[in-house]
Amino acid sequence: MIVADRKSLDEILAMVEGDKKILLVGCKGCVTVCNTGGLKEVEILASSMKIARKKAGKEIDIDTHVLERQCDREYVEQISETVNDYDAVISMACGVGPQFLSEAYKEQKFYPAVNTTFFGGATEHGVWEERCAGCGTCGIHNFGGLCPIARCAKSLLHGPCGGSSNGNCEINKDTECIWDSIVRKKMEQGQLEDLLGVKGAKSWKTARDGGPRRSIREELVQGNI
Amino acid sequence: MRLTYPAEVKIIQVPCTGRVDIIHLLNAMEDGADGVYVAGCLEGECHYIEGNLKAKRKVKYVKKILEELGIESERVEMYNLSSAQGARFAEIANEMVDQIRQLGPTPIKNSNAA
Amino acid sequence: MTELKSGSNLEKVLAAGHFAFTGECGPPKGANVEHLKEKLSHLKGNVDAVNMTDNQTAVVRMSSIAGSALMIEEGLEPNFQMVCRDRNRLAMMSDILGAYALGIRNMLCLSGDHQTFGNHPDAKNVHDIDSMQLIAMVKKMRDEGKFLNDEDIDVPPKMFIGAAANPFADPYEYRVYRLANKIEAGADFIQTQCIFNMEKFRDFMKKTVDMGLHEKCYILAGVTPMKNAGMANFMSKFVPGMDIPDSLIKRLKGVDKKDQAEEGIKFALEQVEEFKEMEGVAGVHMMAIEWEHMVPEIAKRANVLPRPVV
Repeated sequence: MIVADRKSLDEILAMVEGDKKILLVGCKGCVTVCNTGGLKEVEILASSMKIARKKAGKEIDIDTHVLERQCDREYVEQISETVNDYDAVISMACGVGPQFLSEAYKEQKFYPAVNTTFFGGATEHGVWEERCAGCGTCGIHNFGGLCPIARCAKSLLHGPCGGSSNGNCEINKDTECIWDSIVRKKMEQGQLEDLLGVKGAKSWKTARDGGPRRSIREELVQGNI
Repeated sequence: MRLTYPAEVKIIQVPCTGRVDIIHLLNAMEDGADGVYVAGCLEGECHYIEGNLKAKRKVKYVKKILEELGIESERVEMYNLSSAQGARFAEIANEMVDQIRQLGPTPIKNSNAA
Repeated sequence: MTELKSGSNLEKVLAAGHFAFTGECGPPKGANVEHLKEKLSHLKGNVDAVNMTDNQTAVVRMSSIAGSALMIEEGLEPNFQMVCRDRNRLAMMSDILGAYALGIRNMLCLSGDHQTFGNHPDAKNVHDIDSMQLIAMVKKMRDEGKFLNDEDIDVPPKMFIGAAANPFADPYEYRVYRLANKIEAGADFIQTQCIFNMEKFRDFMKKTVDMGLHEKCYILAGVTPMKNAGMANFMSKFVPGMDIPDSLIKRLKGVDKKDQAEEGIKFALEQVEEFKEMEGVAGVHMMAIEWEHMVPEIAKRANVLPRPVV
């Protein structure tokens, strides 16, 4: 899933400082699963903002709405009747959400309440970790099922570098050296030879470096007969 | 045993403190409560295994939000006691009321109503 | 002797079977050419080549290519370092051509310390290719006369290709294989990370020799003289990939503070003596960090002077 962290209350409050009537839009997709921008978090943010404004003796009127997903136009349309009644709209979805909203409602101002961080999963309750860099050319099977592009600080295809120590990355002791894990796994499996040899330079054309990406599924595109 | 506790305390009963959510505590503050405390079972003695521990984490989170908003985090607390400790219940109520009195009225109260 | 790949002094010294002695110099944190020249003056005549570091520890300094070119003007031979952190393949290839055009004949291919260690931790890192692929790319440019995309190069850069090896990083069992991989990729010489744990290094070299790697590549053992016990402590705790045995720290602490530098040099000299005899070691890379003025004395006491003229 896409993982996100909520911005600080200070930052969110500063973004909408002059606005009185605000709509807070959550998303039932990834940000609900990572407990950042679902129903609960939307209500918590709304209440926190009301407390802040009341304390400052300033007016505020916040409504909340949680969309099935903010990354689908059909759901984004569900707020079409009310969206322009507000001075500002805050999206608690990943970075995709406020953009779909901005594209759909050109008159309105949309603010992101979260920082979208990575593609990952929960390793324990309350802890999420990065697993994928979305490079567009998956080769994890070459590395014992562990991705060095996303999980090595230097995205090495021939690691581990000289900074690997006791299974930890040189950048800090809380970061796993994924190359240590790759090598150990391959050694245990007796498949070390898979890591030897020089892999050709990776093509980053399919990654963001190749420009904004688009995925077309011909069989689904309406109008294709 | 007839124990008295301060009239300022309004009790909201829940089956387990695990039922208390962050938004309940925030809403109470938002609506003008000077303070909120959660009285849960003793740690390790939750009938629902860890409802009181979950409540503890939620109280901690609300304290963080209040701090971020520049409001004294001591306005929200978690206490643990058993249902047999009537005297302790009254004592906690007094303690909390004293704590809030020292802090004074909520900075949220006198603004426009929700 | 087989045909020389680059004709650099370092290559010639090694090919002739001499025990190589290389030095290191960080470019100035500014455009202070005089300071660079001053540092280089201590190295001249005392080493076969001098590594010019490339934004080492991710701290911005004068470019290693400019530092190397200035070094040539001063009559020394540079070992131009290039890290994968700061350049993509286009910039790398163009700098390699530029370096060669400026007379640079040795280069050391490195991943580069992560930018979080440096003075611009907010920087975006590149890592378009890694050090292994950089080695292979320089070899391709030299031997095939082609860019990475297979287009022909008009006058290919003939570099003597170096790579680093850190026998003290983890997992230890894999380190010799990674070294083998770098040699297969095209490394002509290896400069190791600073060695302090001699026991571990002896074992590493035994494995290296057992695999016959020393016959395919020149291995230069990295030596850094400790200035005092504090430096040893600091490096042990804060420099990634360093293995500094307690016995060395104890040895330094065991002498008066004013004598610790001498004790550090003595240890380094003992290491050099052992490396001269160690099977598979073709030379020493002396990294006297911000201690360039001590190199003449160290070289003299290590009995590696005069440097061979080949």
